[in-house]
Amino acid sequence: MSKTKEIPIPDKISGFTQVRIDVDLTDGKISKSTLSNEFCRDWIGGYGFASKILWDECPAGVDPLSPENVFIYAHGPFPATILPTSSKYGVFAKSPLTGMFGMAISSGSVGAQARRAGINMIVFKGKAPELSYMVVDDDDHYIVPCPELAGKGCWETEELLREEFQDQRLAVMAIGPAGERMSRMACITNDRNRQAGRTGMGAVMGSKNLKAICFRGTKGVKVAQPVEFYKLARKLIKVANGPATAKYRDLGTPAGITSYNKLGMFPTFNHREGTWEKIDDGTFTGDTLNNDWVVKKVACSQCSIACDHITKIPKTHPHWPNLYASIDVELCYSFGSATGCYDWPTVFKCVELCDDLGIDAISGGVTCAMAAECFEEGIITEEDLGYKLPFGSTVNLAKFTEEMILGKGFPGKIFGDGTKQAGIRLEEMGKKKASFYGMHIKGLELPAFDLHGMSSFAVGESVSIRGACHLRNGAYGLDAKGKFDRFAYDKPLERGKAIKELEDIYAIIDSYIICKFTRGIYENDAEMAKVFDLVTGIPVTDKFIQKRGDAILNLSKCFNIREGWTRADDHPPERFFKESHTKGPAKGVVLKEDGYQTLLSGYYEARGWDTKTGIPTDETLKSLGLDFVIGKLIPSGGKK
Amino acid sequence: MSKIGTKKRGGVVHQFIIVDPNLCTGCETCESICSFVHDGEFNPINTRIHRVRIEPILNVALACQKCDDAPCVRSCPEKALEQDKETGSIIVDDDKCNGCAFCIRACDFGVLSLHLESQKALICDLCETMKEEYIDPERGEKYPACIDVCPKEAISLKDVEQIGEEKRIDAVKRLFGDIIKETEA
Repeated sequence: MSKTKEIPIPDKISGFTQVRIDVDLTDGKISKSTLSNEFCRDWIGGYGFASKILWDECPAGVDPLSPENVFIYAHGPFPATILPTSSKYGVFAKSPLTGMFGMAISSGSVGAQARRAGINMIVFKGKAPELSYMVVDDDDHYIVPCPELAGKGCWETEELLREEFQDQRLAVMAIGPAGERMSRMACITNDRNRQAGRTGMGAVMGSKNLKAICFRGTKGVKVAQPVEFYKLARKLIKVANGPATAKYRDLGTPAGITSYNKLGMFPTFNHREGTWEKIDDGTFTGDTLNNDWVVKKVACSQCSIACDHITKIPKTHPHWPNLYASIDVELCYSFGSATGCYDWPTVFKCVELCDDLGIDAISGGVTCAMAAECFEEGIITEEDLGYKLPFGSTVNLAKFTEEMILGKGFPGKIFGDGTKQAGIRLEEMGKKKASFYGMHIKGLELPAFDLHGMSSFAVGESVSIRGACHLRNGAYGLDAKGKFDRFAYDKPLERGKAIKELEDIYAIIDSYIICKFTRGIYENDAEMAKVFDLVTGIPVTDKFIQKRGDAILNLSKCFNIREGWTRADDHPPERFFKESHTKGPAKGVVLKEDGYQTLLSGYYEARGWDTKTGIPTDETLKSLGLDFVIGKLIPSGGKK
Repeated sequence: MSKIGTKKRGGVVHQFIIVDPNLCTGCETCESICSFVHDGEFNPINTRIHRVRIEPILNVALACQKCDDAPCVRSCPEKALEQDKETGSIIVDDDKCNGCAFCIRACDFGVLSLHLESQKALICDLCETMKEEYIDPERGEKYPACIDVCPKEAISLKDVEQIGEEKRIDAVKRLFGDIIKETEA
């Protein structure tokens, strides 16, 4: 690792516990090993750790739902310190939804409790003989069979385990019935309202008969330079409660509904349109949500922002009285605008079903939107469902959602594994063109941006290693803020470089792991490097972390290539090329295939990848210290 | 000595930490910082302020209420706890405290605990015993660190008179708001 030699490593590093736990669920064997100082320096934390372990240990071409898949829990050096949003953790595996690098990040109390218990990473392999949960209670690590928890929702599971342990602050990562039945879009829920949602990590837990993981710890956390860290952390806490994060605190991310609607970027009716009259007239906005429905804002452990907006349906509601749900902009899109539903309680009910029964509420809502459009197009019928499901459904939408999650009836059978599988299954039934309505990239459902008039983000979202995602590089900002002409295809290399720069630092944020909402609280990357230095004692620099972000991104990309990725996988859904909006700022606009391909090549060039195939060159791999990958980028054909 | 912002009441400054549940988000930063400024490490087990979350929306934190004739003091078989006459704070004599936890059982608010390593009683002393190196240089003196770091300014140091007065003002605004509106107009 020649490029990293300039960063010296002290004999003793802080922050990291450096404890790796290996759990073989098949035979119940649990062992412990030490992550080396070099490993911690070079792979930084969550995402970085997992990219290395999955490359090294996940068998190429493995069936994601087989015991051979590797399921990783990891956090970085910061949990349990007062660094804002430090209590985050990540889960990683080969994804059953995309067949590629799977990752999901969550928060709540899990990272802090796991850190205080003294672990850094858990690597699960095999499959438990019966439904079980894992306990990490300081130095006691054990597996408990729990057939009595079969079929329980995530919320009840958490409550029951907290009662069992007589500890209301036990951190519990749980799967619901959707995870148990291995729905490819199953999530993991912790602290009731926090989800490691994307890429079906809940299904991987289900495939291993792992119902839950419980953490609690009593070990104090020392940092390398306490006085300096305290000073910087206090400043960051203040800034994290200032203008840089106001949009996440006040109205929350739903503030974006209005602003993106104005730009024609807020997807409605399954991405048919990018604007909505229900937003224009104030029915479905962040303001209305907050004024009429939000009753409390709640924070994760050590978070200064408190973005979690809890809504309440009143006791007088005919269908779902007294229901509480945790809402952000993604869910206003997935179960709201994308399905054409502007009835707030319906949105809340659907989100509650997802969070409690355990599927990703983005994927879930987008899959419902596909179903609604298929219904409108006559691809599925009232006969299939037993009820109507046009755009704008309410009670029927909630009914469909529940059946889809639980795998019941036609909705469960066809739509229970997300849009990609639904398209395949419907086409197998002779329903031609069904896949056209599945809004996914690489199998992962789209987040709340409409790509018609977003030429930069069309690339940014498509190259995301985990499938359609706004959080791998945040390149939507390039379009929304007008850094480049969002309807044009000029400056391919400059755009590519801009995406790469964002992506590299996002890879560090996901390795640290901190919340992307705090990106703006750091003066620059140097200050972000400084907190790592103050906590761990490893004197990293901005240049170093940017380079490591680059390496981490490249290694997870290599994982995808080994699993059979090709350039064609970095492509937005056909709709954006074939059907335009009928109104709004992007009216009449479609993505142009040749223009898109030019920008995609520009991104590959910026990354030092072959501009034709999108595969990293040996030179690039060597410059990032990824020599061990060279010669092993042979597709296994394992993409599923 | 009386200071700006404090008020003696019959010769006693009866101030304690109060947390506004409308502002508290349950982020646990107060607990982490409490242990840090006293021990130099983050460990909420060793906190003197305790966050409570009751799903789905109630979040608040509790610290010593400085009860008059405090039950924790009365309950201690070793006479290790003493109440400061002027500040109302409970002082723990670590030499006498044997970790029997009777004080924890006696407290109606559950705000005492035992330090994980020393097994001595822990109770909020408004950061009288914080480490010197963590004093805010701008402030230049010891001050409850939880108040300084609470991101939502949900924590404050109030005396009983202030609390009563604030409540009265709120009530009057609610009851006689029309008159205030007239003066504004």
